[in-house]
Amino acid sequence: MSGHDSKYFSTTKKGEIPELKEELNSQYKDKRKDAVKKVIAAMTVGKDVSSLFTDVVNCMQTENLELKKLVYLYLINYAKSQPDLAILAVNTFVKDSQDPNPLIRALAVRTMGCIRVDKITEYLCDPLQRCLKDDDPYVRKTAAICVAKLFDINAELVEDRGFLDSLKDLISDNNPMVVANAVAALAEIQENSSRPIFEITGHTLSKLLTALNECTEWGQVFILDALSKYKAADAREAENIVERVTPRLQHANCAVVLSAVKMILQQMELITSTDVVRNLCKKMAPPLVTLLSAEPEIQYVALRNINLIVQRRPTILAHEIKVFFCKYNDPIYVKMEKLEIMIKLASDRNIDQVLLEFKEYATEVDVDFVRKAVRAIGRCAIKLERAAERCISVLLELIKIKVNYVVQEAIIVIKDIFRRYPNTYESIIATLCESLDTLDEPEAKASMIWIIGEYAERIDNADELLESFLESFPEEPAQVQLQLLTATVKLFLKKPTEGPQQMIQVVLNNATVETDNPDLRDRAYIYWRLLSTDPEAAKDVVLAEKPVITDDSNQLDPSLLDELLANIATLSSVYHKPPEAFVTRVKTTAQRIEEDDYPNGSEQGYSDATSQVADGAASPPTSSSSSPYMATRQSAPPAAAPAPAPQVPDLLGDLMGLDNSGAIVPADQPAAPSPPLPVLLPASTGQGLQISGQLTRQDGQIFYSLLFENNSQIPLDGFMIQFNKNTFGLAAAGPLQVPQLQPGESAMSLLPMVLFQNISAGPPSSLMQIAVKNSQQPVWYFNDKMAVNMLFTEDGRMERGSFLETWRSLPDSNEILKEFPGIAVSNPEATLDRLAASNMFFIAKRKHGNQDVFYFSAKIPSGVPILIELTTAIGNPGVKCAIKTPNPDMAPLFFEAVETLLKA
Amino acid sequence: MAGAASALFLLDIKGRVLIWRDYRGDVSSVQAERFFTKFIEKEDDPQSQDPVVYDSGVTYMFIQHNNVYLMAASRQNCNAASLLLFLHRLVDVFKYYFEELEEESLRDNFVVVYELLDEIMDFGFPQFTEAKILSEFIKTDAYKMEVTQRPPMAVTNAVSWRSEGIQYKKNEVFLDVVESVNILVNSNGQIIRSDVVGALKMRTYLSGMPECKLGLNDKVLLEAQGRTSKGKAIDLDDIKFHQCVRLARFENDRTISFIPPDGAFDLMTYRLSTQVKPLIWVEAQVEKHSRSRIEITVKARSQYKDRSTATNVEIELPVPSDATNPNVRTSMGSAAYAPENDALVWKIKSFPGNKEYMLRAEFSLPSITAEEPAPERKAPIRVKFEIPYFTVSGIQVRYLKIIEKSGYHALPWVRYITKAGEYELRLM
Repeated sequence: MSGHDSKYFSTTKKGEIPELKEELNSQYKDKRKDAVKKVIAAMTVGKDVSSLFTDVVNCMQTENLELKKLVYLYLINYAKSQPDLAILAVNTFVKDSQDPNPLIRALAVRTMGCIRVDKITEYLCDPLQRCLKDDDPYVRKTAAICVAKLFDINAELVEDRGFLDSLKDLISDNNPMVVANAVAALAEIQENSSRPIFEITGHTLSKLLTALNECTEWGQVFILDALSKYKAADAREAENIVERVTPRLQHANCAVVLSAVKMILQQMELITSTDVVRNLCKKMAPPLVTLLSAEPEIQYVALRNINLIVQRRPTILAHEIKVFFCKYNDPIYVKMEKLEIMIKLASDRNIDQVLLEFKEYATEVDVDFVRKAVRAIGRCAIKLERAAERCISVLLELIKIKVNYVVQEAIIVIKDIFRRYPNTYESIIATLCESLDTLDEPEAKASMIWIIGEYAERIDNADELLESFLESFPEEPAQVQLQLLTATVKLFLKKPTEGPQQMIQVVLNNATVETDNPDLRDRAYIYWRLLSTDPEAAKDVVLAEKPVITDDSNQLDPSLLDELLANIATLSSVYHKPPEAFVTRVKTTAQRIEEDDYPNGSEQGYSDATSQVADGAASPPTSSSSSPYMATRQSAPPAAAPAPAPQVPDLLGDLMGLDNSGAIVPADQPAAPSPPLPVLLPASTGQGLQISGQLTRQDGQIFYSLLFENNSQIPLDGFMIQFNKNTFGLAAAGPLQVPQLQPGESAMSLLPMVLFQNISAGPPSSLMQIAVKNSQQPVWYFNDKMAVNMLFTEDGRMERGSFLETWRSLPDSNEILKEFPGIAVSNPEATLDRLAASNMFFIAKRKHGNQDVFYFSAKIPSGVPILIELTTAIGNPGVKCAIKTPNPDMAPLFFEAVETLLKA
Repeated sequence: MAGAASALFLLDIKGRVLIWRDYRGDVSSVQAERFFTKFIEKEDDPQSQDPVVYDSGVTYMFIQHNNVYLMAASRQNCNAASLLLFLHRLVDVFKYYFEELEEESLRDNFVVVYELLDEIMDFGFPQFTEAKILSEFIKTDAYKMEVTQRPPMAVTNAVSWRSEGIQYKKNEVFLDVVESVNILVNSNGQIIRSDVVGALKMRTYLSGMPECKLGLNDKVLLEAQGRTSKGKAIDLDDIKFHQCVRLARFENDRTISFIPPDGAFDLMTYRLSTQVKPLIWVEAQVEKHSRSRIEITVKARSQYKDRSTATNVEIELPVPSDATNPNVRTSMGSAAYAPENDALVWKIKSFPGNKEYMLRAEFSLPSITAEEPAPERKAPIRVKFEIPYFTVSGIQVRYLKIIEKSGYHALPWVRYITKAGEYELRLM
């Protein structure tokens, strides 16, 4: 079966469009059909054939199914650019949706849903209603998906016309494919709605479990994914569900298997009987292993998931480490993931075999893989105390091969091993020193210098070794300079002889006068001051005992792990990141963030260290002088007890009607009732401590207004706050000022914020993760969303001329469009005021048909301008928002903000 | 966690879009092409070779087949396993339609490709990927198709893989039991991993809606029936069934019952991880004489019973990339130097059980070497072979019952064969 369609790609250059136009209007059927094929061919290679819209649509009324499909395809592509003409097609659509042939009925309803033109959606309702009740299951299954399409275009319409109820009825349909598609559609709609729409009850559960046995493999995935959200009432129900799902583990489709594993793992959390759990683990192991015989891309997804699974249930694959040994021909991405899992499964029992493997990998050709293998040996040494010595001897063997990058990597991990087991393996230092001059990577250099400094008293020629580095001090990267500084100080304190004394002069001079790196300079001055005032104190500080590090290979934060396990098989589980970190599909019905959005608020936070692991770039614990513990202390100094009166006026204190006499209320602040702050940490999760908060902006300064309520039985004090890395590097500008809270008391605090402190890499996200601690309770983690409009700066106003110029200078690909079908602007003045208050500056306005087009400018703190075009018919629902910016990544965040502002 | 694909792209080897289908209107082809052409350019960065990549708010998942990339894009937290597998199924569908999937065949059939993309996925949700059933209502030779075409019942039936009304004069079933032996031997001669992956490959030429029941010498089943003593029973680690097999039934009483698709398919696959003795053992000794000559001595031994014979045995021996002037002698078969793979390939047409053959090879090496030797690519010895009428696991088809309401008699034919899978022995 092979076609010869390629001939349609070669049309005569001259007057192509007029020629096609003529052919499309030919009286001969075949000629018209050929012409449509040529049009589609032109469309395929990216030519703009939208000018033929009317002519193509004229070919739509045909008995020929193939031709009809092509015309429909054309419509999907160009209807958006010709919304007024698209209406011409509506009649045929409506007619086709009543055609006696179910293929055509389904085709019509499927295609109409793909035409994202508002005017057409209205006409879609009646045919859709009919098709949802069609006799033919093929039409019903198509209509089910179409409801989700319509919801994406116009959510209110779907709710008003009762499509949701029709869709829910389809869950009881007698055809399994219809049921599966209805489930997929409902799950999607639920995802984009803040109201409960699709809740799985015990009744639907049993229906879906039955449909599971009969629908296609893809349908089984939809159903399993939807059901994995179901929370069983008790252990017995959970066991029953699991029993119905386990046969799916035998399915040939890997996606079905993974979704079944997800569902079983979810239910296992409820199951109390250890026998049942052990049995289930036993049942899941072979299917998981078999996933590794799938296509490499699937293996990759499976391995990323297995990585999560073994963190929660280490026993499942404890005896299967061999299946993760790399095959010679595995793609590198599969090898890397296998290595990760091997480290996780390494134990005293299998370490010898694992080390043999790692050693084998360390001599392969792929440099990154080799490095990872060497690191893996180090991580095993840190993890398994009894195997540490064997790991070290393997590392020494590798160093002897003298391959440059192997040596450097080995030295980095040996430094960690020294930190983990102090005063145990120093005998190998001599061997390490032999490779000194081959080191050219900063991290390896820094590690070696750290080792020399730390063990200066045992290395006879430590001063010579360090001196050899000193010559190039000014050219070294900061990381190496810092280590050199500290190591020299250590050396001097341990051997206060003439040589080191001179060295320290040189280093301190270099690190203070000669440098413009503030970190280096500050550290140097501190040492200097310490050494000159009290050398004994310097000893106590610099040579203090360091906290022992531990293995980090199993340490995804438990709450993050929970979330990821609930997302097995999805992208979230592949990235090891929560969905909100990368999902950018702008939700049409997103509503004001409310309490409901944070059911497990406090359980979603995770610290810096774990997000590193989540990146898949888990690095061994950093050593050197500053431990993570100290870092925490530095950036969030404890709230000093006799706090001076807060410099920041506590604006909301009185408004909330709270007893907070210290608050100053500026005169110009109207005492209007302001809405309560969203709850971030509910009292139920915070052991009685409830925290609410919201970002606000006052006179160009960003504040975090926070309300602390102590509903617990004990007084709470010593409050501290810290912010995780986020897109804008938003962090506290000063300590949190909260007095001691007696039981039943509450306090407001307005925390000044600064930007660009700890900027997280990766896609922009409005997610802000916060940790709050006090002296009585554990650390609480919770999430909040940054309203990006709070960040718009006051200097965002643009002149008309420069606006136009900027707009033109940006390529079209930087323009991003978003429609808010449910929003109406009835009072433009009020809206403009509201936007201006958020530093979205009005520039111009023009009429376009019956619609008004408004232009605005805004600027985010990094100085990136955002140009905004709002199109709406005053008083009618539907606002189209187009933005153009050099940094289109920010668009989803921006739309979130603008939607809130327009709705307000 | 609901989520689906935004668009599907078929791209050429340079990452340019050949054909694409937009399902959700939130990822453009320009955007995807710009990302992907750049992405495949910098292929030396291993991290960037992951089959799941994030760029500017969009996740791209892709696979490669011949000179074509198939790629799904999504802005949601979609099911990655399902979408990647779907791409592989898409390859199967295209192969069924156009024999071979490559840039040319896509161009030559773009109309059908668009039709297929419309049918197999809706709004980014995978819908239907049974090529055989699809071909009943989406045809390449569309002129013959009349508008009276209806969707085959199978598209929405519980039996979505078989159409009704199939007729054969002679009703036959061919069942091939194929076992692949995967083995990894480390440089100390220890077997560090060995498993057997088996497949029951069926070709059915049966009329109507036949109800089939397959009986194996499955230990669990036989024990349940209280028939342990008779013959050898096998214990399979993990069994995977084609979607036609009733899984719940199997879970209940280990009965393998199904209505088969028409034509060829894999009824089941299984895995066996018990240690098996390597069927063909290869030992190689490499000696470097002075700096200019290398000598390789290889012993290959068959470790199965005399009555079996391996055919098409191929032993690939790695040699240094700078070796020249091969001088090879073998006690059986022929050996050829394949410098493009840095390997010596030793072929033995027929290798009976319990035999040992030898190969001796000598190469010249350049006398001048780089001062700091680059790490050698340490390829393992790889072996290929086939042993007919033999399975490692000892699996046996005890019966295949075929019942159709018209009451015809069907003939089942069963064959057994064992092959080398990933059969690697690391050099000492």
